[in-house]
Amino acid sequence: MSDQRITRHPVLEIPAREEVTFTFNGRPLRGVAGEMIASALIAAGIHIFGHHPRDHSPQGIFCANGQCSQCLVMADGLPVKACMTPLAAGMRVERIEGLPRIPEDDRPLPGAEIPVHEVPVLIIGAGPAGLTAAIELGKRGVETLLVDDKDRLGGKLVLQTHKFFGSVEDSYAGTRGFEIAERLAAEIEQLPSVAVWLGSTAVGVFSDRVVGIVRGNRYCRIRPQKLMVATGAREKMLSFPGNTLPGVYGAGAFQTLVNRDLVRSAERVLVVGGGNVGLIAAYHAVQAGIRVAALIEALPEVGGYRVHADKLTRLGVPIFTRHTIVAAHGQDHVVSATTARLDEKWRIVPGTEKTWEVDTVLVAVGLAEVNEFILKARDFGMQVFSAGDAQEIAEASAAMFTGRIEGLKIAASLGLAVGEIPEDWYRKAEVLKSRPGRIRQASPPPAQEGVFPVFHCIQEVPCNPCTSACPIGAIHTENDTITGLPYREEEKGCTGCLNCVAICPGLAITLVDYRKDPDHPLVTLPWEIRRETVEAGHTVAVTDREGALLGHYAVQRVRVKKEHPRTLLVQVRLPAELAKRAAGIQAPEPAIDPLEVYQQQPPPDEAVICRCERITAGEIRAAIRSGVRDMNQLKALTRTGMGACGSKTCRPLVWRIFQEEGIDLKEVTDRVDRPLFVEVPMGAFAGIDRRRDHE
Amino acid sequence: MNKFDLIIVGAGSVGVPTALACAEAGLKALVLDRRPSPGQGENKHAIGGIRATHSDPAKILVCHRSLEIFSTWQDLHGDDIEWQRGGYVFPVYREEEERLLKTFLPEQKKFGLNIDFVDPQTIASVVPGINPDGLRGGTVSPDDGSASPLLAVNAFYRRAVRLGVEFRFNVQVQQILREKGAVQGVRTSAGRFSAPVVVDAAGADSRELSAALGCDIAVTPESHEAGISEPVQMFCPAMVVDLRPAPGSRNYYFYQNRHGQVVFCITPEPPLVGHDYRETSGFLPQVCARMVDLMPRLKNLRVRRVWRGLYPMTADGVPLVGWNRDASGLLHAVGMCGQGFMLGPGLGELLARMITGASTADDRVVLAGFSLYRDLTCGMEALK
Repeated sequence: MSDQRITRHPVLEIPAREEVTFTFNGRPLRGVAGEMIASALIAAGIHIFGHHPRDHSPQGIFCANGQCSQCLVMADGLPVKACMTPLAAGMRVERIEGLPRIPEDDRPLPGAEIPVHEVPVLIIGAGPAGLTAAIELGKRGVETLLVDDKDRLGGKLVLQTHKFFGSVEDSYAGTRGFEIAERLAAEIEQLPSVAVWLGSTAVGVFSDRVVGIVRGNRYCRIRPQKLMVATGAREKMLSFPGNTLPGVYGAGAFQTLVNRDLVRSAERVLVVGGGNVGLIAAYHAVQAGIRVAALIEALPEVGGYRVHADKLTRLGVPIFTRHTIVAAHGQDHVVSATTARLDEKWRIVPGTEKTWEVDTVLVAVGLAEVNEFILKARDFGMQVFSAGDAQEIAEASAAMFTGRIEGLKIAASLGLAVGEIPEDWYRKAEVLKSRPGRIRQASPPPAQEGVFPVFHCIQEVPCNPCTSACPIGAIHTENDTITGLPYREEEKGCTGCLNCVAICPGLAITLVDYRKDPDHPLVTLPWEIRRETVEAGHTVAVTDREGALLGHYAVQRVRVKKEHPRTLLVQVRLPAELAKRAAGIQAPEPAIDPLEVYQQQPPPDEAVICRCERITAGEIRAAIRSGVRDMNQLKALTRTGMGACGSKTCRPLVWRIFQEEGIDLKEVTDRVDRPLFVEVPMGAFAGIDRRRDHE
Repeated sequence: MNKFDLIIVGAGSVGVPTALACAEAGLKALVLDRRPSPGQGENKHAIGGIRATHSDPAKILVCHRSLEIFSTWQDLHGDDIEWQRGGYVFPVYREEEERLLKTFLPEQKKFGLNIDFVDPQTIASVVPGINPDGLRGGTVSPDDGSASPLLAVNAFYRRAVRLGVEFRFNVQVQQILREKGAVQGVRTSAGRFSAPVVVDAAGADSRELSAALGCDIAVTPESHEAGISEPVQMFCPAMVVDLRPAPGSRNYYFYQNRHGQVVFCITPEPPLVGHDYRETSGFLPQVCARMVDLMPRLKNLRVRRVWRGLYPMTADGVPLVGWNRDASGLLHAVGMCGQGFMLGPGLGELLARMITGASTADDRVVLAGFSLYRDLTCGMEALK
């Protein structure tokens, strides 16, 4: 099997894989049975899945989430999304060059009527919000249908290999996302009134108050009494020259490939965006053995949690704030990308362009609610609820709370006596949604003796698992609020158990132990990257919180707490004056240097805005300058937003061009959205079961 | 200056080409529409078929000219409106439809239309993979075709603007102003505009527009749903019309546009009367079952999007075009019954000739057929 598969990972276990053979453009390849075709191709080093019919530009993975259609390939003669179609033994996969052909299969097949099924509750989306809502309903015996387009429960939790923030008792703080998904899925399994349909995509909410769902190859019409939309979010995109090149994709897509499918989709990445998604994706890249050339952020400060940023800095990943991406370069795939510094007015500072030799640009510039079902359902007078990112973009821990709250509301609306929804829940949901707070200068404890934890946590974020982890209850947060910074109640002492070091999602707690050698205290540092680099006897580069090198020191011992087996606790002896400053270990590979300075900014008119139809900024600008103020007319004239994805990606970019052109947005008419959410074969609507057809 | 030679209410399939034709005739026209840009009423809901092969002589004459305009537009004016001469095919599986279609052939041929009833093999060569079971043949008219309603209306609009037509969008026409029985102009949400002629091209809204004048323009909107597929390699550019009724529907039709996307639409039975634009969950199962039965290979074609539009219907399926006898200067061009896109350009020129007093003998045939004051109780046009 190809070396693009991840065979070792510090956090993820590599499951046994059943190998199958398939062909790509006639060439025999090996893949894993049931994995998505896209992952099998990328594992084989294939990133170009076809060429676009309009400009013949190469296409490959983009959303890895079933929404965008950029990854279309032919599989056994039919056009399919490579990111959503499982690989089967003997499959014939081919690139789509231009337009696909539909097979000349002219055998008449019997169809069937598609009846409408009534259900009390339908939940679209089995991520953190959908699952917790289903659990609340299931606990009360409410008949609930939970549908999700993926092949397993958990939504984006499945991709999250890092430990969660929040609190232990409420939102699984300190537990890794994919493990939370497993726990929630296990809970669902115990609830007989919750039916789960996986591989089932909601494709439209219709005026007869029916939700159309494509389950496998079958179209189903579900009329729920209560509809819960927990469809999560989609990644926002940027428009820059080269943005359609294979190798430019979202951080979420990257996590799907790397963490879910265990495929090393890149060698060297540039991460654009310093929110939590970008910071975490960069961290996941390093964990998967992928080098991160840099992470850039347009704002003066990273938007995500400081502890996530600090983790990266300590690994040697350079973070450039006030920077933007100018272009991605390459013929068939990204080979480099240019960044530049921004001034106070977000203008590129000439001469600050740097070109990075990277094969992948991860765009993590924010998320947008997947809200089309909610809007339609409201229009059609349905009783609709929403939770998680579909309601408001926030952390998954908040989604688990809003899911519970909305689940209870649905139960109440069905006439069940659920009592008052605890006021506390609302408060917690709000707290968990809160943006990271101010940065505070941390002052380490003055003591130079005994043993105690040092908190390198300097920003108010909703997180307090350390308080639950301490066996003697010595760790508190300020004012006992979840966003308060942690501190230790010194009178209670410290057992030196390392629980707090192991549980901290930010890897922002170390333990300093002066007891054996006050001049060379033993410092315990958490580590989640390549395990083999920190074995006892190895020398590691110890850094302070912000990544400044403190020196190279020998590893004394590597410990593991059984509750958190994947966080290695690396112990080094440091000079007393450095012990409390030490916060982490640098990644073993050096960062990449910028290649060369690009003198010319490429003309932005060439940047593609609508990926589906390959419509450029220049074309849209020309239409706006000719007087177009109606997005529907823009669509009619240029085909912007007419493609497979239905403007999921380009809409905010088009709005921005209107703005840049100096148009008052009040003058601009928004486009009318229509189903379907994704493309569906006519045979499914006709009631023809394609699986039966294949037999 | 708020004075014009004429004011057109409605910037759609009829209003925009009418404005263009009037400008070419040297008239100063103002077009008003309550929507934000051209073609945002039913034009954008149309699927784009254009045929001259009707059963009604008036429609034949008008659409014959429309076909000329659509098919020569790019050569004359440069904009690609995605015209393709894909032809129309009416495949026949039952004696009823065979008899019906054959009835019209002599009249259609009299007008010089290129149409014939052909054998099943010929049908199968135009509609590859058509279900051969019981196929009796059908009519093929290769000179008919299709174009993009979206691009066409915008192309007409741009040329009209260049020729001096003034368009005002987001303007609601509140009242047609009259003095001593003669039209003076209109009162709108954006003020008054004066003109001796007002053209009612308000489509599905025309009944409301004229109601204030005390005249009932008998146009009733009916909802039809349509859809479009992903683009695939060309296999069937012809418009295929299946006239057979089925439970819940009458005919349906589809063709593959220049992008390779199959565009389709079905006629519900009983009709769904009203201004309902909201998609239903029943449409796709209904239309796909019929299309896949007719052309099994479509089972693997993926539907991309659906929408719902209105057919402004008259009692007999024929438009209402002519001067209003009770309001001199008020010219109606409404009730296109879902054929506004294909009738529009030919009709626009005819209306311009009516306004400038240059009507031809053919125009008089058309106007007799489309008369507002004809007997509307004779039943539906056969090939509607």
